[in-house]
Amino acid sequence: MSETLAGAAIECRDVTVRFSSDRGSVTALENVSLTLMEGGFLTLLGPSGCGKSTLLRVIADIVQPVAGAVSVLGQPPAGARRDRQIGFVFQDAALLPWRNALDNVRLPLEVGGRRGLPAGSPGPEALLDLVGLSGWEKALPHELSGGMRQRVAIARALLGGPRILLMDEPFGALDEITRDRLNEELLRIWRDTGTTIVFVTHSIYEAAFLGQHVLMLAARPGRVRELVPVDLPEPRHLSVRETPRFVALAAHLRAVLETC
Amino acid sequence: MSVTIASASPRDAGPAAGDDLDAAWHATQRRLRLRRRIMPLAGGAGLLFIWWALIAVFHVRPFIAPSPEVVAVTVYQKFGILMANLLPTAIEAVCGFLLGNLTAIVIATAFVHRKTLEEAFFPIAVLINSIPVVAKAPILILLLGNGLAPKIAIAAIVCFFPTLVNMVRGLEAVSPQAMELMHVLSASKREIFVKLRLPTSVPYLFSALKIAASTSVVGAIVGEWIGSQEGIGALIIQATYNFDSALLYATVLCGSCFSVLFFLTIRLIERVAVSWQPDTGH
Repeated sequence: MSETLAGAAIECRDVTVRFSSDRGSVTALENVSLTLMEGGFLTLLGPSGCGKSTLLRVIADIVQPVAGAVSVLGQPPAGARRDRQIGFVFQDAALLPWRNALDNVRLPLEVGGRRGLPAGSPGPEALLDLVGLSGWEKALPHELSGGMRQRVAIARALLGGPRILLMDEPFGALDEITRDRLNEELLRIWRDTGTTIVFVTHSIYEAAFLGQHVLMLAARPGRVRELVPVDLPEPRHLSVRETPRFVALAAHLRAVLETC
Repeated sequence: MSVTIASASPRDAGPAAGDDLDAAWHATQRRLRLRRRIMPLAGGAGLLFIWWALIAVFHVRPFIAPSPEVVAVTVYQKFGILMANLLPTAIEAVCGFLLGNLTAIVIATAFVHRKTLEEAFFPIAVLINSIPVVAKAPILILLLGNGLAPKIAIAAIVCFFPTLVNMVRGLEAVSPQAMELMHVLSASKREIFVKLRLPTSVPYLFSALKIAASTSVVGAIVGEWIGSQEGIGALIIQATYNFDSALLYATVLCGSCFSVLFFLTIRLIERVAVSWQPDTGH
């Protein structure tokens, strides 16, 4: 790894990922580069098959690139993963159904050689409170709604205070009302915790509302189409989506998406 | 569901009306529950009556088939003999159940950890499983002699295969996202096994254990057929040779009752062990 930018949380340079299957190899990502500064909020937008989830998995050390360099907080992704600097939220909440909400949030303390939290970092109860689930500690996953399950998953990902939060279409399966509410709350959590967030979505509105930048990816092979800065007033509320600036931004994203 | 709707909309109906709806709903549920209990009993009584009627109408001779009341009397009169013979069968079935299932769980664990083992031995396990019990039993009798051991072995083998197959499936039924989560958390293989694979497999294990509870009794009885002086299987053979149909039926009844009891015990343990699963209605 050559010189890394000071203050960069994530740097990818010419990352290429190939998967081999029975029908030969598929190039999921080709020469993807991106730089995300610490504390930033980046959304990844693109049609299905553009490799946005794969890119997230490269950053989390779940998928290994065949070429290119990835640096997470100045070290290889595996190092950042072992240091517990990465929290991951999956599309389905991936809660363990035999554990109640609190025990699900606590899971990161029971594996990977961890016992106890870093000093000053909020505990499981405080994090459930942060995501608006105090009083639901003892509830089992099947007793919670889809939105509540995602809240638990977010609390679990935040345990131990990771500096980077990777979210893979976390609200994709939720109804619009729940999704809107969680979008607003996610921005509040982002402001409160200062965590760097990369958020994969296939919703133009979600991408524009949440991100400081929207990285648009094109499909087959997955590659960067355009990095769109989002110039909206902070802190954002849902009503920002009715402003002319937001409408123009969404129209632009839609136009680019059609060429992806 | 309708409870919450009824009681959560006092504006529409008023609290009193909501309570009335609640009461009516609970009454309906109680009636349905009672019905579910009573209908099988009624069905059983009907079949008993048909049995009794057939014997009476066609004058079936007692050594061909007994009438139900004769069986009931035999159970009462020969209760001592029945229980004395049930005991060894029960011991064989339970020991075989424990041995067979424990072995299956251990081997399934080995299979999941060493894919090579699974590739080498799983097809052979399936092959052995396709040999009928009655064919395997004489081989084991020759190998293990005439005591409890061969019967326990047969019961164990009968339990072993369904549990092995289900346990392997259960240990591998982990969602890909849960595995990715464990990877992001840098969990070790052992932690993944204990915290993720094992709990995931428990419902699969219990569906196999419920089958095994009944089949272990069948295994023990088949073992006793081939060479034994005591046990439910031996008593069945004896009663058949003596044309003592009443004792035969009483013995079969005794064996089935134990089988059902064993099954219900396992189901009770299952209820406790997988209480986290949403009710699926069975």
